[in-house]
Amino acid sequence: MCLAIPGKILERTTDHGLPMGLLDLAGARVKICLSLTPEAQVGDYVIIHAGFALQVLDEDEARATMVELERLAAASDPDPGPTL
Amino acid sequence: MEVCGGQTHAIMRHGIDQLLPPAISLIHGPGCPVCVTPLEILDRGLALAALPGLTLTTFGDMLRVPGSREDLMSMRSRGADVRVVDSPLAALQLARAMPDREVVFLAVGFETTTPASALVVKQAAAEGLTNFSLLCAHVLVPPAMAAIMAEPDNRVQGFLAAGHVCTITGWALYEELSEQYQVPIVPTGFEPVDILDGILHVIQRLEGDDPGVENRYQRVVKRDGNIVARTVVEDVFTVCDRPWRGIGTIVASGLRLRDRWGAFDAERKFDVGGIRPEESTQCLSGEILQGRRCPLDCPAFGVECTPANPLGATMVSSEGACAAYWEHARPRGKEGAR
Amino acid sequence: MSSDPDVRRFSCPAPRLDHDTIQLAHGAGGRLSNDLIEQVILPRFSSPELDCLEDQAVVELPPGRVAVSTDTFVVAPIFFPGGDIGDLAVNGTVNDVAMSGARPLVMTVGLVLEEGLPLADLVRVLDSMARAADRADVRVVTGDTKVVPRGACDRLFINTTGLGVVPDGVSLRATALEPGDAVLISGTLADHGMAVMTQRDGLSFAGDIASDTAALHGLIAELVSACSEVRALRDPTRGGLATTLNEFAAASGVGILIDEPALPVRPNVRGACELLGIDPLHVANEGKLVAVVSNREAERALKVLQNHDLGREAVQIGTVRGDHPGMVVMRTTLGAERIIAMPVGDILPRIC
Repeated sequence: MCLAIPGKILERTTDHGLPMGLLDLAGARVKICLSLTPEAQVGDYVIIHAGFALQVLDEDEARATMVELERLAAASDPDPGPTL
Repeated sequence: MEVCGGQTHAIMRHGIDQLLPPAISLIHGPGCPVCVTPLEILDRGLALAALPGLTLTTFGDMLRVPGSREDLMSMRSRGADVRVVDSPLAALQLARAMPDREVVFLAVGFETTTPASALVVKQAAAEGLTNFSLLCAHVLVPPAMAAIMAEPDNRVQGFLAAGHVCTITGWALYEELSEQYQVPIVPTGFEPVDILDGILHVIQRLEGDDPGVENRYQRVVKRDGNIVARTVVEDVFTVCDRPWRGIGTIVASGLRLRDRWGAFDAERKFDVGGIRPEESTQCLSGEILQGRRCPLDCPAFGVECTPANPLGATMVSSEGACAAYWEHARPRGKEGAR
Repeated sequence: MSSDPDVRRFSCPAPRLDHDTIQLAHGAGGRLSNDLIEQVILPRFSSPELDCLEDQAVVELPPGRVAVSTDTFVVAPIFFPGGDIGDLAVNGTVNDVAMSGARPLVMTVGLVLEEGLPLADLVRVLDSMARAADRADVRVVTGDTKVVPRGACDRLFINTTGLGVVPDGVSLRATALEPGDAVLISGTLADHGMAVMTQRDGLSFAGDIASDTAALHGLIAELVSACSEVRALRDPTRGGLATTLNEFAAASGVGILIDEPALPVRPNVRGACELLGIDPLHVANEGKLVAVVSNREAERALKVLQNHDLGREAVQIGTVRGDHPGMVVMRTTLGAERIIAMPVGDILPRIC
């Protein structure tokens, strides 16, 4: 279940009293409700599902994860093939 | 076991199951809310769609899932007003735009999706809308995991916990389950590297005899999840028993609208007469959803049951195990089975 | 009343001739029909044949094998970023004819209009068709217009038939693939289908993905004249690249292996696909072609494509092989192989 993907908040608006955001998904633009992430600011990345932002992406954690995964990839594959 | 159908899909799509050593086998769990939506609720949705003056809104996933006699797509082709939305907010917008029609949203999904449904009910109330309601089919993941572990012939030794469900619920609630059954539970993401990483940590814990919960989707999963979302869900819904299609009733595994929100409950609002669900006798969805059988074991697979003519939900849903096998792992002609 | 009322003989009241929406009478063959043809259609599509306004067009084609293709366009919404149903109708038929190697020359246009369609919308679509026909150097030689009651069609449907002549010595067939051949794509995938999808009601997009609709006859002419070992061409429209490759594999009884990292998809299109849970391989393209060429000519074919405005992002995406005949397999970014099947039906957005 749960296709949810990250998007970046470009601007905040409201719609019928609900906090909304215009989000960027690698160039595609979507309107998403921010009611569940009241702390989200313009410039934040959030995880989007069913028209709602569910959680603000923790950039530090994301970076740490990427570093570790890259280390893992290099360690396990002496001959790196196509990029992951 | 990976519980989440989205992870099953990612595994099949990237061929991760092929890359793993034979000592590790992935059992695909019942984490496909589309597959497990009770037949009775789907039949009720079909009956509602047949009512004049009613618009049934649904996620695209449900459109081709077979009910007892037909599916939403064939009803639409016969003139029923069935509309695909990508958010319950879109259904709400339809209700605002069509005050003379009843708009019902077929609310399926796990904890990832329940906050959206809850919020939309509250918003409908705040706007004073009287023509909007939910047909609630939400189900909960942890009771299903517990039910699987409680089965005497269970083979599962570790779980990849559904990463996006965990963004809402957090991971603390898995500690008890992990302790009780001594299984590692690792909240995991959806990118191929996330999944491989999750599997690695489950294996490491098994080999180190150190079951427990380890969050490997730290960038979006917090210990207590999303409190705002959990609060709104708690306000609108209450836990109930739920039959899971193909599996049977799992205690306290579903959500229904609380009485004070009864005006938005399509089940209470509309009388569609008695619903008598009838499942296909050939379909092995239930066994497959519990990880007991593989789609390739099913005699109907690829014969009577194909994505074009599905017997059960697991062949329709893009993350249903049968559809995933059809798409990615059918035996290749003269080469034979892989 | 006579059984064949002649609108021109009515003495009073004269029917209104200045409607701003399409009426049933516009398709009835009488005064309003004529006015529509003469005032709206002819000025945009003038050709020696069409101007005769006969029931048929008598056309002189150059000698050679005639390629003929027909298609009906029913896309909704009719206007979307990057084009409209009119562009699709002309480019689509030009492309279908051109995929045989033929030079498209003439086409027919049949319109089915819904009662109540704003005239301004019809004019906009016809303008697009006229521009597209001009760019593709095809003439509209005959046509037909019908109007159906409100609700009997969705705004408008367009049927087109195109004819062209295949040069001597050119033979492009889906049955001609051989193991070792290279599979090329002329540019990015899924642009058109996602441009239309993101316009649909009920979805959250603020739509800025543009359709890639384009006439490829010029690109094809250059390719075919530079390379003598082009096996087959096809535009991956409905059903996407997955469908076209499966059709090729089945027709020739060969296997096709494609390389996932090589597939060109624009980031915003990929983002939209991921949000809706849609596979870019299943999504329609309206300005792209798949070319299968001999291994020997692969590099030259790519250069020819890349030298053309409509093929700048051309790339080799795979090869034909003798293994797994009739089946298309993709090597994933992780190096595993999985089967690429045709999509079952309409692509549907999903949350799961």
